[in-house]
Formats: sequence, structure tokens, C-alpha cells
Amino acid sequence: MKANTQMFIEKASLVSARVHRVKDMASALSFSIDLCRSKLPCEPQMAVEQISGSGGKEISLSRERVRIIAAPNLDENDFARLAQGCGKTKDILSIRENLRDYPGGIDMGVTLMDFGIAETGTLVLNSDSEDTRLSTMLCEIHVAILETSKIRETVLSMADELNEMIKQPSSYTAFITGASRTADIERVLALGVHGPLELVILLVEA
Amino acid sequence: MRTEESLTEYKYRLDTALENPFLRTAMDNFAVAYRASRETAFSGMDVDAMIQEVARIKAAAIKNNEALLAEFIKKAKKTGVHVHLADTAEDANRIIGEIARNTGSKRIVKSKSMTAEEIHLNKWLENLGLEVTETDLGEWIVQLRHEGPSHMVMPAIHLSRFQVADLFTQVTGKDQAAEIERLVKVARKQLREKYVRADMGITGANYAVAATGTLGIVTNEGNARLVSTLPRVHVALVGIDKLLPTLHSALSINRVLPKNATGQAITSYVTWITGPSECKTVTDNKREMHIVFLDNGRKKIAQDPVFAQVLQCVRCGACANVCPVYRMVGGHQMGYVYIGAIGLITTYFFHGREHARNLVQNCTNCGACKAVCAGGIDLPKLIKEIHARIQDEDGHPLKSLLLGKVLKNRKLFHTLLRTAKLAQKPVTGGTPFLRHLPMIFSKEHNFRVLPAITEIPFRDRFEKLSQPIKTPSHKIALFSGCVQDFVYPEQLEAAMKLFARTNVRVSFPMGQSCCGLPALMMGEKSAARDVALQNLAAFENEDVDYIVTLCASCGSHLKNSLPSLVQDYAPDKAAVFAKKIIPFSQFMNQVVGVKPIAGKGRKTAFHSPCHLCRGLGVRKDPKEMINTSGNRYVETREEETCCGFGGSFSVNFPAVSNEILTKKLEDVQTSGADLLVTECPGCVMQLRGGALKQNRDITVIHLSELF
Ligand code: SF4
Ligand code: SF4
Repeated sequence: MKANTQMFIEKASLVSARVHRVKDMASALSFSIDLCRSKLPCEPQMAVEQISGSGGKEISLSRERVRIIAAPNLDENDFARLAQGCGKTKDILSIRENLRDYPGGIDMGVTLMDFGIAETGTLVLNSDSEDTRLSTMLCEIHVAILETSKIRETVLSMADELNEMIKQPSSYTAFITGASRTADIERVLALGVHGPLELVILLVEA
Repeated sequence: MRTEESLTEYKYRLDTALENPFLRTAMDNFAVAYRASRETAFSGMDVDAMIQEVARIKAAAIKNNEALLAEFIKKAKKTGVHVHLADTAEDANRIIGEIARNTGSKRIVKSKSMTAEEIHLNKWLENLGLEVTETDLGEWIVQLRHEGPSHMVMPAIHLSRFQVADLFTQVTGKDQAAEIERLVKVARKQLREKYVRADMGITGANYAVAATGTLGIVTNEGNARLVSTLPRVHVALVGIDKLLPTLHSALSINRVLPKNATGQAITSYVTWITGPSECKTVTDNKREMHIVFLDNGRKKIAQDPVFAQVLQCVRCGACANVCPVYRMVGGHQMGYVYIGAIGLITTYFFHGREHARNLVQNCTNCGACKAVCAGGIDLPKLIKEIHARIQDEDGHPLKSLLLGKVLKNRKLFHTLLRTAKLAQKPVTGGTPFLRHLPMIFSKEHNFRVLPAITEIPFRDRFEKLSQPIKTPSHKIALFSGCVQDFVYPEQLEAAMKLFARTNVRVSFPMGQSCCGLPALMMGEKSAARDVALQNLAAFENEDVDYIVTLCASCGSHLKNSLPSLVQDYAPDKAAVFAKKIIPFSQFMNQVVGVKPIAGKGRKTAFHSPCHLCRGLGVRKDPKEMINTSGNRYVETREEETCCGFGGSFSVNFPAVSNEILTKKLEDVQTSGADLLVTECPGCVMQLRGGALKQNRDITVIHLSELF
């Protein structure tokens, strides 16, 4: 298992993901909050007035100061902890639903991953929920939390587990390896063409 | 979309591309970088075995296509997906247009799909008044420029950052600097709004898993995820060739596809979608999802014993990446919609022979594509098959018809060659080179100096050269091929000396003729078969262990292609014959085991003929033979890249051939070698003729002449 974790870190780093080891969920969450606080507020991708729904107005008023963390797939407890951490200074808004209302951009998505694949440094995420999906697409920084016990050696060795996921009637399963990238202009690698500009993986010992 | 163009117009386009300095540099850099990154991606893995596994999975899935389709439909319908079957491109366009109408969709976002390019879907939808936006960065760029992709994986590889900056300046109405990071951010912003406002998202799919009714989509940008998440309708257009039995089979292919495409271990995103996913803007929270399966001739291909393997293609684009012609002229010239070797083939099936006729001739038959194909497809062979088919349907052009007729009749052919020798007298000015070309060649063929036809062909010299050997170490028959027989007999003479020295008994069956490859290259398959049968008859009664040839092209053709040409006529004889074929270097080095001799110790570069290294898998023997000859082998950049000869290719596309040749000669000069050696008379003709014409100080000889 140690070897898998080691290989996972190595391979994920190769595709410019930043991998950190943290001791538990609580530290993963506080790490995320600190990181979000230290980043520049997200660059709006759309004029706010174009957004329908409740979130739009809120952002437009406080765009200057407020950063947003979306964490739709955390359980009640963990989200509460996150919200508490964000709420302290009121400079970070934590949300867990209707991410669609923030198409202009979300500073950070925090998601708990289902599996890791060591041979390629890949994250596997059940994204059946629209909000979970969007939390990994609309953000500038994607923080992926992964328990080390969920790391498998190769994709073929876990075909059964994956099959369980994809055979559900309304299933959307994502393999994520590094940040959104393109080499479409002069074959020069550039990150963040549509999705996250940056991928941070927090490995929780478990 | 282009209308039918003549060969002259096509050549004009090729010339224009050759004169585009950005394209040339970009393609050169790409060709070299790709090879390196592919190698790294597969390092430590058994790439051949992995590719064989892909080929096996795909071949089985093609055989079982109908059942897989039925199973997929059953599973997908259960999840609430609407499945449509489109027999033709037009059917698919119409179905998707109707889905847009029925769902009241006005704005459409798309992720990259070669299948959508194949059916010209955007044009159809735009004609219906719908707004269609490509979201893959490269696709968006070419869409804005109103052109097609020039590579299946990197659609805008033919454009520079400056061209993109100009384009984005126009689109945004703001000055955009030619900085790639920034340009990417411009696209991010422009496209974000398109996603949000879109009613419908269209994707393709790389895999359709029948067992679960799941689509697998491979992207780096993540745009397919947004396209299949934000809009309330998702339409996936999927060729029926994408069907696979299980997730496991898809995962196995996915271990090869990204590595072979871009040298990545895996793409940034792989998305597996089973059934309509959650969409919060519609009443029951379920997106409306449609899958349109496209046939467009695929079923027919699947039933064709020769062409079924075309459907093993996984669209990795590698066959373009390594193609010497693609490298010179770019994708718009090396394909119609599908690009590279596979494009030369599928254009005929998907877009008709009027678009394939010129394209299919633009191949040197170097085999580089076959060597890297993720689907294990014998691309060069199929390209020739298409060429032959088109000629059968169109009627054969006089030139190739004549060639075919002449080749079939060996005596006539040889008489013609002997007569040509007389006719060329005035133009060679008594030297062994054609200083001025005869009228049949136009001016543009002047890029290399062509040799003259010899006074006395090898077949007339053989008896004198042949020495009785009482206790031979080996018994061989020599296959000369036309070029060495009638143009370069000295190469065979040199070999005869070495044979004599090593006690090898040589026979030379006089009934032997052209190997048949030139006929095949010109699409004359039946002529190629006829000469194959003549050659079988000529060698049938020879009591020999090996049939040695000094021509790599003859060797690879006789060993690899001849058996399938005559499989309905003389399969057993062909198998015996093909087994005996061995190239000169391999025979001398491995079978005879020639002892090293003292030589001049010249620094010697080697041009590895395509048909020797890839065709016959012989790589180290000629280099060891160089050292055996008392000279010193030195490495050259891109030693295994084609010299641009390709027989009739260099006659049909002299400008492209010349560019490939020039690159080769430059690499040889950079290596600092005193001598350039190769093992194919065709390559000698090309390289020596080019060196002379370009006044380069490079001496080109055949390996046999080192001894
Ligand atoms: S055989 Fe060579 S020239 Fe022909 S398509 Fe393949 S790579 Fe290109
Ligand atoms: S033919 Fe082979 S190399 Fe070319 S795109 Fe298809 S799978 Fe890739």
C-alpha cells in the first residue's frame, strides 16, 4: 500500500498536481481554507448580471472581498466544519448546492474522491450529482481529498470496482489526472483552459 | 468542404504548403518531439503486446458489432436514453436537427468529435439557423477561421500564436497579445458564457460499453464535461465502430490511446456516462439524453475481409505524426476530414472516391504509420488497396495501364529497357547520369539527377561472374529486381565477389521479373499478381536454402505482400518462397558470418531503407556489416525516416519528395560522415541523385560495394 501511495504521488506530480499529505479530514479542511484565503480572488469569467438565480446578486455585491469554496460532496459534519472555518472571518463563502448559479467562477472546489489510481496519478470521482461535477469544473483551484486506503495500483486491477460505479442507471464517473490542460496553440502546454487552473491533492492517511 | 479538385490543383496546394515556413518548422519539431514522448510514455512496457491486445479487442468487437449494438441499446434504453440509428451522414444530421427542434434548442455547444466532422454536422445545424460553438480550443480556433482541423488530436497545429492572436483580436474586438497563456484565458472566458447559455451539448465518444450502456469520453481540456453538464440536452454522436463489450476492454484500449496520441500516460479527463445525468434546470432533474449511432458505411466495411481492420482505428492520430508526407505538407493536404494514413483510406469510404483519388497516391509506402498504429492496422497495404480499387472503378489511367501491361510480359519489359538504353544516349552525354531529362518528365522532376540504364544488364553478365563452387557453404538464388539488373548491376557484381569469397553458390533464374511492387504502387494489383506468379515459377525448381536480395523494397514485397496477392492461386508455393527471402546484410552477417576485413576506416552513415527496418525488421545487420567491411558506422539523426523515393510517389509528387530528400541529406551532412551507405537501389537512386543535384559532398553507395 505504501508503494501505491508513493507511486501515486510521483505520477500525479508529473502532471503538475500538487500533492500534500495531511493527517486527517480536519487538517485537510483547514489546509483548504488557508489556501483559499491566500489566493487572489477568482477572476470573473462572466459579467455577473447574466447569471440567473439567487447566487448572482450576492456575488455581484461582494465580489471584491468574498471568495467562494464549493464542497457539495462532503458529508454534513465535514461541511459544517468547513463552513465554520470559512465563516470565522466572513471572507469566504462556503456553498454546497446550486453551483450553476456561479458560472462566473468559484475560487475553490473541495471534493472527496472515491479512488486513486497509482500507475497514472489519477483520481476517480462519482459525479452523479450535478453539483459535485461542477465543483470540479468551475473552480480555479480544485482540492481533491483522497484517503490513501483508496489508492489502487492499476486501472485494470480495479475494473470491478469501477464497473460497480458505472453500471448504476444514472452514473457520471470521472477520471481526473492533473488540471485542465491544452496544447492546442503551437503545442505549448497551458493549464486551465476550461476547468481548474490548478489541482491540489490532499492525501489523508487512512 | 472542398469540391472535387484535379491532380494539378492538388499539387498546387501541396506546393503552397511546402512554401509555408511556419508550417514546416512546426511540423518538423512536432515529428521529432512526438517520437521522443511516445517512447517515454511506453518506456518499460511491452508496447507491441499492448497494441496487439487493442487490435484483438477491436477486431472481436467489429465481428460482433451487431450484437453489441443491440445490447447497448437495450441497456441504454433502460436508463432512459433515447437511442437513434443513422444509416447515413444525412440521417444523422437530420436526427440531430430534429432533436434540436423538438427540444427548442437554439444554442449548441460541442466538444471535439471527428465523427461530427465526418458528417459535416456544424454546417447542417447552422443552416437550420442554430448557433453552434466548438469548445475544444483548437476546434474553436479552426471553426472561427472557417476551416477544418489539420490534425485529429491537435486541430490547429498548423497555426502560429500570432495567427491565433489576430483571430482573437477580431473575435473580442480587443487587442490580444500573442502570448499563449493569455490566449488560452481569452478562450476560457469567451467559452464559459457559451456553455452557460447553451440549450444543447453535443459530444462524440471514444468508447461505447455495451454491457452497461456507458459512453467513455477522453479529453484534456475537460470541455466535454461541461458540454455534457450545463446544457439541458445532451446528444452524443457515436460511430458504431466505437462499441466494445465491457469496461475492461475500454480500459485496456485507454492504456494505449493517450500514450500513442500525445505521449501522455492518460488524458486529464476520462468521463464515463451511463444514462441521463442530473440536471437541475429541468423539472424532473434529469437531462434529456440522446445517443445517435452512425453507420455511414461502417457495416459494409466490417463485412469486407480486407478492409474490416480499418475499424480498429482508435483515432489517436499517430499515423499522421510519423508520416514523412504529413510532416512536409500538413494535415489539410494529407487528408480530407480524417487525416494521415487512416485519412487516405477512410476518405474513400466516408466521402467518396472523388475526394480520395489524389490523396491516396500521396504516400511513399514507408510503413512508418503501420509501425506505430494503436489499432495494429496494416495502413500502407490498405492505402494501396484503395488506390487499386479506385482505378478499377474509374478506369485505369493510361500510364499505369501501360506499366501493368508491360510488366506482365517480362520479355517485352526487358526488351523495352534494352531499347531505352539506346534512346537515352543523346541525353546522358555518354556519362552514367541522365543530365537532361527526356521529354516525358516535366521540369519539376529535375530535383535529382537520374541514372542511366546500363549498357549490359546484370542478367547478361551473370554467367561470366558465376564461378563453380564444389563444396558450397550455402546455396542461394539471387533476386535482383529491375533497378539493380538494369541500372546498378555493379552493386550485384560487388556482392558476387563476396559470395565467391565466402563459398556461397549462387544461381540466377533468368525467368525472374520485376518484384511487382511498382505495379502495386500504381494501383495495378492484377499486374502485380501476374508477375508474382511468374517469379514463383522462376524460383520453384531452384535447389537453394535462401533467396537473397540486395533490394530492400523487393525483399519486403516478396516476403510480406506476395503471399496475400497470390493466396487464391498458389498459397503453398508462396509460403515456401517467402520464407526463403532474406536481405543481403542479414544473410551475410548472420547466416554466412563474414569475417571482418581491413578497410579504409571511413566514417560511414547508414540510411535505413523503410522496407528494410520496418518492412523486414532488419536493423543491426547492415550496421555491423559496415564495421565488418573495415569502416566505421556513425549514427545519423532520424536514420529510419524515409528518403522520399517511394517509386512512383517521387514521380507523382516530386516537390514533396524533394523536400523529404533534402531533409535527409542535411541530416547526413550534420553527422560528419565520409560516406553514405544504404541497402536498396531505390534509395541509392534518390540519395545519390539528390546529392549530385544539390552539389553536396556526399558519396552514396550500396552496402555490397563496401566489400
Ligand atoms: S506509408 Fe509512410 S508515407 Fe504512406 S501514409 Fe504511411 S507514413 Fe505516410
Ligand atoms: S489508424 Fe492507427 S495510428 Fe492512425 S489514428 Fe487510427 S489507430 Fe491511430
